[in-house]
Parts: sequence; C-alpha cells; structure tokens
Amino acid sequence: MTYLAKPRLHHPTLPENRLGYTRRDYEGKISTLCAGCGHDSISAAIIQACWELAIEPHRVAKLSGIGCSSKTPDYFLGNSHGFNSVHGRMPSVLTGANLANRDLIYLGVSGDGDSASIGIGQFAHVMRRGVNMTYIVENNGVYGLTKGQFSATADQGSKSKKGVVNSDSPIDMVPLALQLGATFVARGFSGDKQQLVPLIKAALAHPGAAFIDVISPCVAFNNHAGSTKSYDYVREHNDAVNRIDFMPKRSEITADYAPGSVIDVEQHDGTTLRLRKLADDFDPRDRIGAMNHIMAHQAKGEIVTGLLYIDNDAGDLHEHLNTVATPLNRLDNKTLCPGAGALERINASLR
Amino acid sequence: MTAVTRRIEAVNDFVIKFANVNGSGSASANELFSKSFLRMGVPVSPRNIFPSNIQGLPTWYEVRVTEKGYLGRRGGVDLLVAMNPQTWDKDVAEIEPGGYLFYDNTKPLPGSRFRPDIHVVGVPLTQMCNEAYSDPRERQLLKNIMYAGALAALLDIDHDVIPKLLVEQYKGKDKLIKPNQDAYQKGYDYAKANLPDAIGLRARRADNVGNRIFMEGNAAAALGAVYGGATVCAWYPITPSSSVAEAFQSYCSKLRVDKETGKNNFAIVQSEDELASIGMVVGAGWNGARAFTTTSGPGVSLMTEFIGLAYFAEIPVTIINVQRGGPSTGMPTRTQQADLVACAYASHGDTKHVLLLPEDPHECFQFSAQAFDLADRLQTPVFVMTDLDIGMNQRLTAPLTWDDSKAYDRGKVMSAEELESGRDFGRYLDVDGDGIAYRTLPGTHPTKGAYFTRGTTKDRYARYSEAGPDYIENVQRLLRKFETARTLVPQPVVRQASQKTRFGAIYFGSTSPAMAEASDVFEADGVMVDTMRVRAFPFPESVERFIAEHDIVFVVEQNRDAQMRSMLVNELEIDPARLVPILHYDGTPITARFIVRTIGERIKGSNVEPLKRDKVA
Repeated sequence: MTYLAKPRLHHPTLPENRLGYTRRDYEGKISTLCAGCGHDSISAAIIQACWELAIEPHRVAKLSGIGCSSKTPDYFLGNSHGFNSVHGRMPSVLTGANLANRDLIYLGVSGDGDSASIGIGQFAHVMRRGVNMTYIVENNGVYGLTKGQFSATADQGSKSKKGVVNSDSPIDMVPLALQLGATFVARGFSGDKQQLVPLIKAALAHPGAAFIDVISPCVAFNNHAGSTKSYDYVREHNDAVNRIDFMPKRSEITADYAPGSVIDVEQHDGTTLRLRKLADDFDPRDRIGAMNHIMAHQAKGEIVTGLLYIDNDAGDLHEHLNTVATPLNRLDNKTLCPGAGALERINASLR
Repeated sequence: MTAVTRRIEAVNDFVIKFANVNGSGSASANELFSKSFLRMGVPVSPRNIFPSNIQGLPTWYEVRVTEKGYLGRRGGVDLLVAMNPQTWDKDVAEIEPGGYLFYDNTKPLPGSRFRPDIHVVGVPLTQMCNEAYSDPRERQLLKNIMYAGALAALLDIDHDVIPKLLVEQYKGKDKLIKPNQDAYQKGYDYAKANLPDAIGLRARRADNVGNRIFMEGNAAAALGAVYGGATVCAWYPITPSSSVAEAFQSYCSKLRVDKETGKNNFAIVQSEDELASIGMVVGAGWNGARAFTTTSGPGVSLMTEFIGLAYFAEIPVTIINVQRGGPSTGMPTRTQQADLVACAYASHGDTKHVLLLPEDPHECFQFSAQAFDLADRLQTPVFVMTDLDIGMNQRLTAPLTWDDSKAYDRGKVMSAEELESGRDFGRYLDVDGDGIAYRTLPGTHPTKGAYFTRGTTKDRYARYSEAGPDYIENVQRLLRKFETARTLVPQPVVRQASQKTRFGAIYFGSTSPAMAEASDVFEADGVMVDTMRVRAFPFPESVERFIAEHDIVFVVEQNRDAQMRSMLVNELEIDPARLVPILHYDGTPITARFIVRTIGERIKGSNVEPLKRDKVA
C-alpha cells in the first residue's frame, strides 16, 4: 500500500476541534504495517487524543527507536517533527531534545524489543530522571520486522508461531516503571480504544514521566493460540481497574456517579482526571498498593489495565536541573557568552 | 662508595621529579612548588604521572624548569625527590649521572640503596614532623610543604615566593595559612643551616613567563564550551576527560546563572553510559541547542552507532575526546594520540568526521568554542581531539582571547517567516551547492517545514527511500559537504628551516612543544627540516602542498600504527614511501630528545643520495 499517496481532500462535515482542526490534520502518512496490526490502532488513538485535546500538531515532537512500533510516528501527526533514532535509544534522544526546548510536548513511541530488550537501560534512566514525556510501549512480545523472534516481554511458556516455547522470564515494564519513579503509569490494550484514548490524553497532559504499556497484538507473528499477547488472550484476561474521563481545565463536571465510585485527581495544569472505579480496592494514588494489586492479579494470569499510578505532584528533569523558563535553544549570544571582559578576569586568576 | 666524578650544574634548566604515594596530599605542595618558578619569571612544565587509583599506589610529578620555555617533556631526571619507598629502586635508577637524590633520612638506608654516581641530600622530614605535630594527618600533609621549603632553600627560590602563594591558595580557609607557612619555614631553615651548596641546580629570576596563564587543557576546553554557547552537556565519567564536564559545571555556575531568577542557562546530565550521553547530545542538537559530550577512547567506541546517525541524519554534535592509551581499557592514565582513525571514520558504512587538533590549553579553549560553530554550520559531528598530556596537566599557555563582536554561526536554519513566504524546504536539498541543506527546528511552523528524521536512506525531501539514485545523490552531497569543511577548519601552522630543504615533518596536538624544541635543536645543528602542524581533519589543501614540496616528510605521532600517516595516504593519495613514520607510544609524552634522535638517524641514513622524484608531468 505504500505506493499510494494519501488523499488530501476530506469530508467537508468532519468535526473541528477548538483550533479548527479536523482529525485529518493530525494524521500522517499511510501506514506500512500489516493490516490489523495493533500498532495502527494505537496511532489512531494518538490522533484522536491529540485532536480532542486540541494540541497544535507542530507543538509535538515524536521520537522513536527502531522496529515496527518505531515506524509508526510517520503515520500520525504529519505536521510534527519526528525522529526515528537508534534501536533502544529513543529515551536519550528525547531527553536531549526535551532539554533543548522545554516548551514542546514529547511523545516517545517504542516497542517491547526496543524498550525491554536492547533499550531497557535507557528506559530505566529516562523514568528515573522524570523527563516530561509520554512514553508508549507498543507491546506485542515479538520482533515483527525480523519475523517473529521472542522479545523480553514474552511470557514464560508462551508459544511462538513456529511452535517454540519461551523459557525466559518476562519483563513487565509496568511494575518496573513504578519502581523506577515514573509519575504516571498505565496499561492499555490496542483493541480497547475507549480506554486507551483518555489514557493517552491524561499522559500527554501529565507534567512528568508518563509511561503507558499498550498490549498490541502482532497479527503476523503473535496472534495464535498459545500466545499470551493475542487479541483473544488479552480480551479474555483483561482486568481493567478503572476508566478515565479526562477533564480539561475549568470544565463543568455534570455526570452523576454513585458515591465512592469515582476518584478525582487534579493535575498541576488545572486539568482533572476523573477515574471511574472498576476495582473497589484500587487507588492509583497509592504506588505500593498499585504494585501489590498488579502482582497479585498477574499471578492469577490476569492483565491489569487502566491508570495504575499517578503522582499529581510530579516534577520533571527541568525542575531538578533548575533550568530557565526560556527554552535553551532560544537563548541568545548575549545570554550565553560571558564576553571578553569576564575572560580577562579568568586569565588574571590563572597567573 | 666510589668517588663521584661529576655534578650537574644548571641554572633555570633542569628536571625535578617527585615520587609520591597517591592520596598523601603531595599534589598541592608539588603544584605550589611549580608555581614558585613562574613567580620567579621562569617557565615550568609540570606533568602528573599517576595510576588509575585513589589512594596508596605510586604517583609522580615531574617538573621541567626551562628558562627557554620548552614545555615538552625533556626526559631524564636531574633531581629526584624520593618520598615513596615502594618505587625507590626504580626512581633512583632514573637519575642522570651527576644528578641528585633528595630523601627523608629519618631512617638511615644502607649504602647499597644508593648509586655512586649521584649526590644524595637527606632531610629528616619524618622526624621533624613528628617533633612539631601530634596529629597524624597533619604530620603527613605538612611533610609535603616541608620538603617544598627545603627545596626552595636548596634551589635558591626566593624565600617569600611560596609563603605568598600559600596565602593565595588558602584564601577563604585562612586558618590553614599559618601552619603551612611554618612547615615551609622549618624545611627552609633546615636546608639553609645544614645543606649549603648541596645541589648544583639553581633558580634565578628571569622575565620569560610574560602574560601567559597556567591552566589545564580540560578546564580550557570546558570554558571554550561555555563561550561557544553550549547549553546542554551530557557525559559519563571516564579518565582523563571527567574534569572537562566538572569544569563546565563549575564555570557555568559562575557565568551562566540568570541573576534575576537564579535559574540555569544550561543543563548538565551525568548519564548512565556513553550511549545515553551521545544520544542526549544528538537529541539536543536536533532540537537546536548547542550540545556536547566529553569522553575518551572507550566512550567513543560505545558512541559510534550514534555518531553514524548524526553524520547521516546531519545533526550538529560536538565531542571532546581526551585521548588516553588504547585499545580496550588500555592505559587509562597515560597519554596517546591513538583515536584518530576511530574518530575520523567512526561508525559502520561510509562516514567521515571533522577533527580539530589543539596543541595546548589555549587552543583547547579556541577549538572547543569553534567546534559548536562548525557543527552548526556543517550539521555534523565535530571532534575536539585533545589528550591526557594536554588535558590533565597545567600548562603555561597564551592568555585566552575572545572577540565580542563575533556572533555565533548557527548555520542554515529556516525560520517560520521564510517557510511562510513560500521558500521551498527540502531537508536534504542542496540549494547552495556546498553540500549543506537547510534544516528546520521542531515547533517552528504549524503546517510547513516538519520532516521526519531517520537513519535510513531518504530523498531530498526527507522521505524514506531505498532507491539507488536517491542514496547516491545523498552520500555524494555528504562528500561535497566534507569538501566545504576543508575550507572552514583551522589552517595548519608552518615553520620553515633557515635554508631550503627536502625534509619536512608533520605533527599535531600535544607533540607541539617537543617538536618546537626539536626544531631549535635541528636548526642549531644545521639539520634543515621544515615543519607543519596540522590542526584539523579534513586536511586543508596546504597540507597537500607541503607534502608535495618535500621529498621526505616525517609524520610524528603518538600511536603505534601511524594513524595520521594512514589518513594522509588515504585522503590525499600520497605515495606512502614519502611519509616516514616517527612513532612514540609508550604512554609517556613524546620528547624533543626522541624526535631529534629518530629524525636525525633517518636523515643521516638518507643523506648519501637524494631520493629520485618523478618530475615527469
């Protein structure tokens, strides 16, 4: 399908957001992934989230590593700068970009091979540093582009398309992110857009390191019986703890909920996350409780999804480094260069 | 012991070596001792010879006192200050015949531990410290300043120079001044009273220091980054480059903090490894900030994949490589120039990178600042190739200079206005014919100028393409860009012999002071050799001309494999027979003695008959 140019003319009655953009304005090139790939649903969810939030497309920088998932930034937000970097190293490139200009919204897209195998080190450190970003891992448990080898998130005992059984322990990036200091941690499923879009919106609005693990079945290599990352398996074992309504600033909350059934989390920027509880005993403001809940349910073979942890007092790397409000890439000569006079004083101190 | 036959007599021209134990506090006393010569107007060139260790292993500090201003390592030791029993035998063996051994004679040593052809000077330092101080740490630390006092007396260093330096050094920690001055005085008095004319080496006031400054190359490179407008520094600790990042932090905290808000106009991240360091620099460079990392050989090895990306995706990156002995962990605390090829061609595939080759701290400052302009202009990685010898030793160097009228060259960045006016934007479109295309920064314009950066092949408009013609057009343009780089990098420095000669020598970087001294020796001996100091890669045209003008060109470098020579052969298609390698690579800095001996031998050997050159057009 890649030889087809994407049509530029769109339906005249497409709804516009606050900025006057339609969803088409948030699209990118035609996807080159396989038909039915979970990743394309995630791209669609990103487009929907950005449109609903009325983000100016060019205010987003989208970065990725290498792999099927890392190709997707070409397929959404065509008016944003994108950077398809080095395998497993998107987090460092994004960190540098973020340091250079704190005013943009940073979206990192990666896969399970890219982030849990080759890139687990950089994943860990970008979470630790609290880089203000949305880090989406499109998790299918296999290497798609190289035709179906297991990745580090493949469950022990799960079977590859060729019939090989994985003997290595899996890495679950959600508890890892919780432990490493991410201030927003969620898990979604590419087959559940209703759950995913609000999660992405909330992550984009979060002023710190936000991580979303999205189970995203690989239709070509990991969607068969015996796989634990197939559509069927995930649908059967999906255990959602909550549903989010993302409330923009000063929006009126009109819906009625039974007492005790919602948690409102107000964020730094004035937005509110209203969480409709699906699991009575789960509070995403409790990090250790969240870890326990996830581990306990995982032991029963369930995949816990939803907003799993949020720190509404999150800071970010710029705060830690005490950098100026002006983006560093906009500082002028005068601000940056101490000048000849200061240099003469330094010379004098070295004699 | 047999009678001593000779006594080295020298004024303002000798080498003193201190043998110490790492972590014993000797470094500051030794540095003070060096500076005392500068205050006497006499140039010195000190070198740290230290182990990869924090405490307990042997460490040396070698000071060359040189009224003529020869700042290279001389070789040989005239006076050894033996403060480390572990290395005694090896240290004593290094002293030149007729030279001097200064030691702590609190415990007498048997005659067999000395040499008959040297002069021994003993001062009971331990005994004097034990009598004067009760605190064990004080006894240890003040022993260092006590030997400095004794040496000042023995060498005729003006009595008040070191006490004044102590006042400067301990400014703000005033209570340390008095005990140090007292210890100095004790050493000084003992030597004056008990050791008259024990040593034939003398310091004498001169006026040869001028307005030069005394600075380490790493600090100078860091300051260059501040002046060059760097705002993002990502680094991973590695000897011998860590002090670049630390000095950058220190200078920034003085020079780059917004006075009103107290906020930083810079960001420094100590990353988890070198891959992350360079990744952050690439990300920041892509997003329009001036960014750099500082590392050494093993770090460059780790960074090569990213360096290839920055080359191919055309992202400005500055890398300061303070070279050490390689390969692998190699000699972490010794010096070499052995990363030339690894940096010039870093990455898989066809790549070439710009290298700047500073000779001293002055140029570390200048080239480090210039690297950011070049990286922005050329949209490519630029290496500042210094080494441990320049980076981690204080060097007498020309004062740092800055032209306030010069603005940074941010290169070809298309603005929102230009995009709005309808200018055609192709990220890899060579509109000016210099191989350099325009770029846009993320966030510039709502609907124009966005593109997708990738390490895969693309067409002129940054669209993914594996088509052969697109690939070839792109990599040919990168070669054109490298040709442009040839015209922008620092030009070589030539020194001509007093008579026309068919011999030339090419050298670079930290070989500079040794080569300058060797040239003086050649000139005095009537050996005619023109020299050229290469200051950058790609090689400017003048390098080609210099080689063409000589039958034989010695290529002097500090590595085993003659890497600069290989690059000259490779890039300029020079007949290898005309480039004679002169190689010094044991981890110690190259000396003039070595250059004079090796080039001298070759010239003698080739003097019988001039080499025939092909004169046919």
